[in-house]
Amino acid sequence: MSELGSQRDERRPDRAALVIAAGLAVLSGVIFWNTASIGTAGSYARIGPTAFPYAIAGALLLISIGTALRAWRGHFPVREADEPAPILWIVGGLAAQMLLLKVAGFAIATGILFALTARGFGRGPLWMTLPIGIGLSLAIWLVFARLLQLSLPAGPLERLFL
Amino acid sequence: MDTFSLLAGGLLTALQPMSLVYAFIGVLLGTAVGVLPGIGPALTVALLLPVTYKLDPAGSLIMFAGIYYGGMYGGSTTSILLNTPGESASIITALEGNKMARAGRGGPALATAAIGSFIAGLVATIALAFLAPTVVKLALSFGPADYFALMVLAFVTVSAAFGSSALMGLTSLFIGLTLGLVGIDLQTGQARLAFGVPDLLDGIEVTTLAVALFAIGETLAVAGAGARAPDKIEPVRGSVWMTAADWGRSWKPWLRGTAIGFPIGAMPAGGAEIGTFLSYAAERRLTKHPEEFGHGAIEGVAGPEAANNASAAGTLVPLLTLGLPTSATAAIMLAGFQQFGLQPGPLLFINSPQLVWGLIASLLVANFMLLILNLPLVGLWVRLLAIPRAWLYAGILTFSTLGTIGANPSQVELGMLLGFGLLGYGLRRFGYPIAPVVIGLILGPLAEQQLRRALAISQGDLLVLVQSPLAIALYLIAAAALLIPLVMRLRGRGEVLNQLAADED
Repeated sequence: MSELGSQRDERRPDRAALVIAAGLAVLSGVIFWNTASIGTAGSYARIGPTAFPYAIAGALLLISIGTALRAWRGHFPVREADEPAPILWIVGGLAAQMLLLKVAGFAIATGILFALTARGFGRGPLWMTLPIGIGLSLAIWLVFARLLQLSLPAGPLERLFL
Repeated sequence: MDTFSLLAGGLLTALQPMSLVYAFIGVLLGTAVGVLPGIGPALTVALLLPVTYKLDPAGSLIMFAGIYYGGMYGGSTTSILLNTPGESASIITALEGNKMARAGRGGPALATAAIGSFIAGLVATIALAFLAPTVVKLALSFGPADYFALMVLAFVTVSAAFGSSALMGLTSLFIGLTLGLVGIDLQTGQARLAFGVPDLLDGIEVTTLAVALFAIGETLAVAGAGARAPDKIEPVRGSVWMTAADWGRSWKPWLRGTAIGFPIGAMPAGGAEIGTFLSYAAERRLTKHPEEFGHGAIEGVAGPEAANNASAAGTLVPLLTLGLPTSATAAIMLAGFQQFGLQPGPLLFINSPQLVWGLIASLLVANFMLLILNLPLVGLWVRLLAIPRAWLYAGILTFSTLGTIGANPSQVELGMLLGFGLLGYGLRRFGYPIAPVVIGLILGPLAEQQLRRALAISQGDLLVLVQSPLAIALYLIAAAALLIPLVMRLRGRGEVLNQLAADED
């Protein structure tokens, strides 16, 4: 495929890219496996609900092979090393919001997301950003749930305003 | 002409007091969100979609028009002052515009971008109004096989024709197509790839995917890059107004940019950025001040910015008349239509003309509002740019999740948001384009539907796909779009295509 940069010096297999190729192959396999379990009974047309999934799974398999070849030759774009810590803070914030939403309500769950994201960008301390986030989220809840009638889950804080 | 009376009818809808209020709110929100660094029009529209949930379809679409155009104006402000284009179509604007801002000519750069956008938006919206009925008339004679061919062409051009590698574009596209499979098959009621999860039976929401890929993916990428990302605002010094010389150098690029941008956007192929690159190349060749290019030439801002807006208006031609989204923004707008049970396409023009023409007229109204709003308020927008990154992205994530929770307050939906957010980060990290994923998700099921409809009519005879001359022509173009770049890359001309990479929009 494309020669990014013209340097012809030795290229190593790109391990991360090989993982992508494997992931695409797995995705293709999942589609094959899932589609095979769909019965085709009752559909007289040659193109039933399984044709498109099979075609996509087949294409993904080819793409996976192409990606693996490219990764093997080291033809992937050059990347700089990313810092894992900020990413983990933010992912943790999103996960916390997802798990706490029903129990703690919109304001607390989203406030935690806010504070952990700010932490990911190096802003803290949490005892300060957490109340800010919860206050902001509560204000958003009041505007969107009360004024615009959006259904946002209520927790202990929101019930004070119900 | 029929178009005049229809457009006049649309203007009557758009000029009602409530419509003006909706348009104003849309324009204001669109600019405010679009100006935030890293947020392009696609994400602006996706983030603000929940705001329109509770309005009636007409009001919602009018607000939408404002958000769409506002988001584009906001994007150009960011790229000029911050040199972080929120979308690939603004890269060129950032190139020359940021140099102008550094030289203390940020005011005129913003002004020429705003006025150029206005002129391009005006001309292109009127062109849309006149072109649409013709395309609709044509589209009514299209059969399912023609539609399928059209979608194949869109798939190819969106994913494979431009960018660093066809393989990567196709990977993104097929990830999107896979996501499009999830849910109940409309024709047989079979559940596909739902794995028994009830939330998945309805399929994956386009807005969830778009918000996750653009907002969360971008946030993770910026956070991971740490201190690497640039973060310097150029203050607007001196006068905002353009001198007579600036006007003299700007008006031709505005018109040329419009003429280049609109046809490219209107073709069912996609890629607003191509027009901006062509316009930049044209201005560079025609200018009387070649020495200024690369150091802040006003033509290099005026032309591409006009081309950008003209092709954005152009993408509404295939979207409204054929139901064919050719950019991520258009894909999200299609989702906006679908939330009211409206399916853009020739039938929409026939069944709800007041809605379509109200939308087109609102685009004109929004365009005027932006011109009036933007130049005086530029100071305010600049202050938005100065928000520290931590608060900015914390706020972006808060609002992204708000939209998802508001649409469907379920943990599965938030789990998907997180999962697709990580996917978006991975795609960015390895240089995969994002837009094909979104377009694959929304266009995949439509393409499948047309294909199966065509084969049902022909009773399974595959030859029906290549029986109309139109379909054959479309396949030939698609094959050319796939093969010519391949040959160019093999012959070492890949750099040209790399520069045309479709990234965000």
